[in-house]
Formats: sequence, C-alpha cells, structure tokens
Amino acid sequence: MSRVSEILENSKEMLFTVEFPEIDSGGMERIAKHVDRIAPWFDAANSTDNTAAHAHASNTAVAIAMKIYGVEPILQIVCRDKNRLAIQSDLMGAALHGIENVVMLTGDDVSAGDEPEARRVFDLDGPQAVVVAKVLTTGQYLSGRKIDPAPNFYIGAVENPAAPPIEHRIQRALKKHRAGARFLQLQICYHPDRLEDFCRGISELAPNLHIIPTVVLVKNEKSLNFMNDKVPGIDIPQSTIERVRDSTDPGEAAYQLVLEQSLHALSLPGVRGLHVIDFRREHSLERLMRELGRTPQLQSPIEYQWRK
Amino acid sequence: MLKLLPLIEDAIKKPIWGCQMCGQCVLHSTGMVCPMTCPKTLRNGPCGGVRENGNCEVKPDMQCIWVKAYERKDKLPLPNSWRSHYNDLRPPVDMQLKGTSSWLNLLTKRDQKRPAGWQAVTENTGE
Repeated sequence: MSRVSEILENSKEMLFTVEFPEIDSGGMERIAKHVDRIAPWFDAANSTDNTAAHAHASNTAVAIAMKIYGVEPILQIVCRDKNRLAIQSDLMGAALHGIENVVMLTGDDVSAGDEPEARRVFDLDGPQAVVVAKVLTTGQYLSGRKIDPAPNFYIGAVENPAAPPIEHRIQRALKKHRAGARFLQLQICYHPDRLEDFCRGISELAPNLHIIPTVVLVKNEKSLNFMNDKVPGIDIPQSTIERVRDSTDPGEAAYQLVLEQSLHALSLPGVRGLHVIDFRREHSLERLMRELGRTPQLQSPIEYQWRK
Repeated sequence: MLKLLPLIEDAIKKPIWGCQMCGQCVLHSTGMVCPMTCPKTLRNGPCGGVRENGNCEVKPDMQCIWVKAYERKDKLPLPNSWRSHYNDLRPPVDMQLKGTSSWLNLLTKRDQKRPAGWQAVTENTGE
C-alpha cells in the first residue's frame, strides 16, 4: 500500500505533496539535487507528464528515478500525447517498478506549449483515463485481455474548481469519482470563495473523495500576471495582483499570499492535504512548510548504486 | 439506401451541428452541441482550461462547447431525460465507427458496444 493511500484512507493526517521539477538532463545527479531540497518536507511528489505541453524527460522515467531515491512518486498521465495503448503501457511500466499512485488527467492542449504544430491525441479524456487505470487494477487491459497478477494503483484525478461552468465542477469531479478516482488534486485557485464552495459540495456529496488543493509559490506579481495571462483556466483577481505589486516588499507579499491560501485551503471541509508547486526554488519552500507545522523527515537520498 | 445513409446524415448534421461523423452520436445528451467540435474532442465535459469568460483554451474567440452545451441543455425544449444525461460517463470514441452512420449504428446497437474492460468496470456504476 502506498504512503499516499495509507495517509488518505487509513489516517486523519494531512497529505503534503509537491510537484517534482521537470527534468531535461543532468542524469541522476540532477534528480538527487531536487530530492535533497524537497523530499524531507513531503509525503510524495508528482512526476509531471510534459507539463504545459513542453517535452521533458518522461513521466514514468522520472517517477522511477524518484523511487530509487526513496521518494514516493505520484505519476501524472495526460491524454494529450498518447493514445489508449501508450497510456496503458505507461501504467503497466510504472507498476512494474512498484509505482502505485497515479493521477489521470486530460492535460492542456498542444497550443499551450512550444510545439503547437504537433498532433494532439486525446484518444481518451480525463474521466475515461481514470476508468482505464481502474480497469487495469481488475486484472485486465481495456480490451479484456487478462493481466495476472493485477497491478495495484491508487488512482487520483484533477479538477479546476474555478473554471466555467463553475456550478458544474462538483458534478464533473463526482464523475471522476464514479470512474474510480479516490482523490483529487486541484488546479491552483485564486478565488477562495469558489474553492470553498467546491470543497463544501464535495465533502457533502462524496465524503470519501479526498481533496488536495494546490498552491503555487510565486516570486512576485510578474509570476501572477504570467499565470493570469498565459495559463488557461487560471484567473487571478486584479486586487490580488495589486496587493503584491503595491507592497513595499513584493517578494514577501507574494509569500504571505501563498501562506494565507495554504491555511485557508487546509481549513476547508473535505480537504485532506496540500499540493505545492514551487516556482521560487529558494528557502521559501522550507519556510512555508515550517509555518504550516511540518517538520523535516530524515530521508536523505539513499546512495544510488550507479552513482560514481 | 444503406450506402447512402452516411451521406444523408452528413449532409443534414454537418451544416447544423458541425457533425464530424464519429458514428456514435451523443448530441441529445449534450444540449444538441456536438462534443466532437471541441478542439480536444472531449466527450466527458469541460476541461480545466476554460477561460474566465467561458471561452475555449485552444480557440480563445470560441465559446467552450461544453459551456454552450451546459447552457443549451436547459434552454432548449428538450426532454428532461436527455438533460439528465449531460454528466454521463461516456466511453472512449470507437475509431472504427468514424465515417459510418450513427443512425444505423443506433438501430443495430453497434454504438452500444464497449471494450470488455470498460464494460466490466462501469457495469455497476449505471453508465
């Protein structure tokens, strides 16, 4: 049983997860560097799948690398780049290496990335991908071909609580729950009222669906403006951006915003943890975790056998 | 006649709904908005990239077809049983049916055929 499922299903503890930085090169040393910095503070880390439609080292490869260093991976799989055969082989390849936590998502479009001329796949969509992961756990491929023994996946999905049609988002999340998702990692949300309505709705209608909201550690108002302008589905109120911009210390104001968001998110019904994306990549990640009451866990990276 | 059916269906449904001849029509359940006109061809509702103004992540000048469907399912004079299907868990598109007549596939129940694994897992969820 994965630590993620242990915490969410069998404890009352909060689960803290982090987005593992995308990897392009630098070998296992590069992985180790990130592990050293973030692993002590988190229960698990997400291995992203060509995040923002930019090619990087593969989701499964990075998840395996994380596992080698003793970090529990949450494998993200998006539907943009792979058809149903490739998605099943990603899942089975991960299972081969003992990876159990998976998050199935639709993924942003190729037009969001640096190769907009690429063919978009979307042979499956997010909810269908959740079903496909679930099918594998019943000891068969989508076609019905047997798998023995069946892989063990702890399946999650994502949802954006703030994107239109907002009043439908709870139902859409419940659809993913019906499809087999046990937990939801949420898109970053700069509308506390929308986040609250979403979490309240889920906790009433599906108390067993664990919600993990996301916060993004940003440097200043420039990063907020960037997300507001460039990332579809993220809307940041002008007042929030101005609050950071007009501060005497924008860096500190940006940090305080994230701390406030984290405390708010963790106080909401149905919320079972927090997912952190770190764009600052300095001491503020440690500061945030300390101020949220986390103590570093001693899990320095194990010596990697191929390390020179 | 059977050979002509896809041509007739295409001639009628393309100008009205932008039909892509997927051969497994779900228009009635999506407020008469074709999900195959979503740039990502999503069959299970709006993705997380819908813009604040309700427009599409891929085509910023176009209203998200799932937002449009959400509004139209209530606005159009449709049977309530159709409206209630909006949030159905729809199976992956069967690419073998592309270009065939969904009317014929409805009659022969060919469009109800699911992969065995899908069938086994969704049987109990009423999908």
